[in-house]
Amino acid sequence: MADDAFFFRSRRGLPVELQEAQAWIEGIARGYGLEFCETVFEMCDWEEINMLAAYGGFPTRYPHWRWGMDYIQMDKGYEYGLQKIYEMVINTRPAYAYLLDNNTLMDQKLVMAHVYGHVDFFTNNAWFQHTNRRMLDQMANHATRVRRHIDAQGQEEVETYIDMCLSLENLIDPYLPHIRRERSESEREKEQVRQASGFSKMPAKQYMDKYINPPEFLEAQRQRQQERLEQQARFPEEPVRDVLGFLLKHGRMRPWMSDVLSIIRDEAYYFAPQGQTKIMNEGWASYWHTTMMTRDILSDSEVVDYADHHSGTVAMRPGQLNPYKLGIELYRHIEERWNKGRFGKDWADCEDVATRRDWDTGAGLGRQKIFEVRRTHNDVTFIDQFLTEDFVREQGLFTTEYDKTAGHFVVDSRQFADVKQRLLLMLATRGNPRIAVTDANHANRGELELTHDHEGVDLQLEWAQLALGNVARIWGRAAHLVSRLDDKPVVLHHDGDHFEIEKPAGKAAKKPEGRP
Amino acid sequence: MPLNIDNDVHRFKQIVRGKVRRDLRKHMSSTELIGKEQGKVVRVPLPQIGIPRFRYGDNQQGGIGQGQGDPGDPADGQAGQPGQGQAGDQPGEHELEVDVSLEELAEIMGEELALPRIEPRGRKEIQSERDKYTGISKVGPESLRHTRRTFREALKRQVASGTWVPEDPRIVPVREDKRYRSWKTKSEPQSSAVILYMMDVSGSMGREQKEIVRLEAFWIDLWLQHNYKNVQSRFIIHDAAAREVDRDTFFRTKESGGTLISSAYKLCWEIIEADYPPTDWNIYPFHFSDGDNWSKADTQKCQEMLKEQILPAVNQFSYAQVDSEYGSGQFYEDLKAAFTGDERVTLSRVPDREHIMDSIKELLGKGR
Repeated sequence: MADDAFFFRSRRGLPVELQEAQAWIEGIARGYGLEFCETVFEMCDWEEINMLAAYGGFPTRYPHWRWGMDYIQMDKGYEYGLQKIYEMVINTRPAYAYLLDNNTLMDQKLVMAHVYGHVDFFTNNAWFQHTNRRMLDQMANHATRVRRHIDAQGQEEVETYIDMCLSLENLIDPYLPHIRRERSESEREKEQVRQASGFSKMPAKQYMDKYINPPEFLEAQRQRQQERLEQQARFPEEPVRDVLGFLLKHGRMRPWMSDVLSIIRDEAYYFAPQGQTKIMNEGWASYWHTTMMTRDILSDSEVVDYADHHSGTVAMRPGQLNPYKLGIELYRHIEERWNKGRFGKDWADCEDVATRRDWDTGAGLGRQKIFEVRRTHNDVTFIDQFLTEDFVREQGLFTTEYDKTAGHFVVDSRQFADVKQRLLLMLATRGNPRIAVTDANHANRGELELTHDHEGVDLQLEWAQLALGNVARIWGRAAHLVSRLDDKPVVLHHDGDHFEIEKPAGKAAKKPEGRP
Repeated sequence: MPLNIDNDVHRFKQIVRGKVRRDLRKHMSSTELIGKEQGKVVRVPLPQIGIPRFRYGDNQQGGIGQGQGDPGDPADGQAGQPGQGQAGDQPGEHELEVDVSLEELAEIMGEELALPRIEPRGRKEIQSERDKYTGISKVGPESLRHTRRTFREALKRQVASGTWVPEDPRIVPVREDKRYRSWKTKSEPQSSAVILYMMDVSGSMGREQKEIVRLEAFWIDLWLQHNYKNVQSRFIIHDAAAREVDRDTFFRTKESGGTLISSAYKLCWEIIEADYPPTDWNIYPFHFSDGDNWSKADTQKCQEMLKEQILPAVNQFSYAQVDSEYGSGQFYEDLKAAFTGDERVTLSRVPDREHIMDSIKELLGKGR
């Protein structure tokens, strides 16, 4: 905490012309109905910007080499002129945003307009509802706690453990903060017991009982009940996607280890909504910076530079998807549809091309609609609900496949259904395979079984091996991963020292039978 | 202000150094590093430094693209999320290459192989003069004017004399405000070394053998450059006759003909005599061969040339024998018999790539 205060207090304030620009742009943004908390802009030189970027926008993080690695790579990128970070803003209250000190005034205004879009999004979007807005302090506290552990345990020891935890950083359940369990755990347990003990008996008068409920029938019932009970004894009852949380709660570890693990988990959950709303968030901010810049802010002499820099952010390289571009276009598409009344049953039922093309009821609900969309949706539901066939065609979206013989990606399909499905699949997983804890007492040895929900793409085996080893080391006993490789079911085993792949005998055993 | 991240950067560099050191044998026997040499740094691939995660395998997963093209057309690059520097974004998980400076690589090698630092021979220290811009003076040519200092002086004067108006911040330097960079001439000791590479390109030195020589030469260069300010390399190839070539030709010449080692030693001596007076230069001849000389008589001649001409002039004469299927390797035995106990001669055998590291240690381990 002390660190941050120092970091920000020691900084120079914004120069007068930027203070004025900020007040002006803030007013414009509020005028459009954006709602945001206080936003503090900090001037930084590029070394500081790179440091902040490496730290995920925060001035203080726990000590770890990977920040250093990211910093070096970004530093080099800047030197070579390859990348220039335009905007960076963190989801805190007040929100902090950073301005690069040698950008032009036009760039600074562009960044400010963009940042107000983001802060509005952070403030209003439902998926950010449960994020800790005092994360600046929290991050600094995390740093202090980790430092303390390092002092007590030694750098190597703590660092190795952090490496292990980070390797499982993506095994969280991004929906978890939003689920409120209707019944508490203890109630659920009670009900299980109740269900398990009693078994159903047909209602009957006493003298008819032994005919209607013969003893054999009751015995069979009892047995079935018994089986069900055993099945329920399985723990966890339902797959748990919050693997980090499960390890934290049930793993056997020393106090400092569980503290480190909880820090990594907290931070992963803090950043999760940003991953879930990348297209929406960037699209929203881009929508507002263009709107404000072109309508209100730009002076004549700045137009060309602005157009140049804006086109840079929304440019699409051939064959690549740019979240800024997809987001802003989709908001515009929605705005146009609701402005022209292109929604509802009549619109959906209309199949005449000419009528559809000229459809305009003058509804004028576009602006209102996109504000509503930015409040309730995340990327998955955004695409699911608002990606239309027209949009896919207009934007020229297609799916790509890897052509093994050619050794590169090729255009696969331009069909609306294919594009949508692929997009949704990409967004649902975000490159993170869905892996859940399915059994914490595997083979009755207290070993951990994870199951990979295989959606058609195999895991990268080398890394899976290493990551599984880390699961086993944190859990304290062997870990197993049920998955598929090359279309065959496999189970990966790791006991912390050794790795093994087991291909269930089913298919392998069939082979030799081919010929007598 | 020192940045918080300096510690993390330092820690990362330590880890890289540790990894490079641990994998030194592998790096030394692969040509990967040589191709990645760029100016003063080497790009060292470090695939295992990233944090492993459960993730999808490469090259299987299709993505989404935007633009033109019919099904089947190349989609130029992989679809996905471009790595924008937004808060919370994960950096791309591609294979890592880390820049390690040649200086650092040499240090790592020195530590790992426990190579003694070379003490340049005293009489070979020559003085060189260099201008260094160290100070500021009030007079000087306009081309050396220090603008910031000049304006600072002007600002000081204006503030002091009350002509400074904050609302109209105009600063006009006058003659007395001007500041110029000034220099000092320093003389620095300079130690120079020359490496004379000789290689047998007779029929029995195949591709693999030359590759080994190339690798050894890379590490020898690295070490000597680390020890001397100024290092030159000369290249001699020989079969039955010797000639001097440039670096590129040295490693690319097709093998042919027989072997007359004395021809190379003769040329080597001529070069030393002509260009590198032993009083000014530290001289390092390295000879690579599969050890099949044409005749006993020629070997005899070689030994005489070494004893009488070359050895008195050089710091160290090194012979590395790269084993090949055809070579008998007799030359190594002959030299060993003739020079055992002579500090100025080092001999090494390199049966295969795996032994490059040991060979380097033998060749450079004397600290001469």
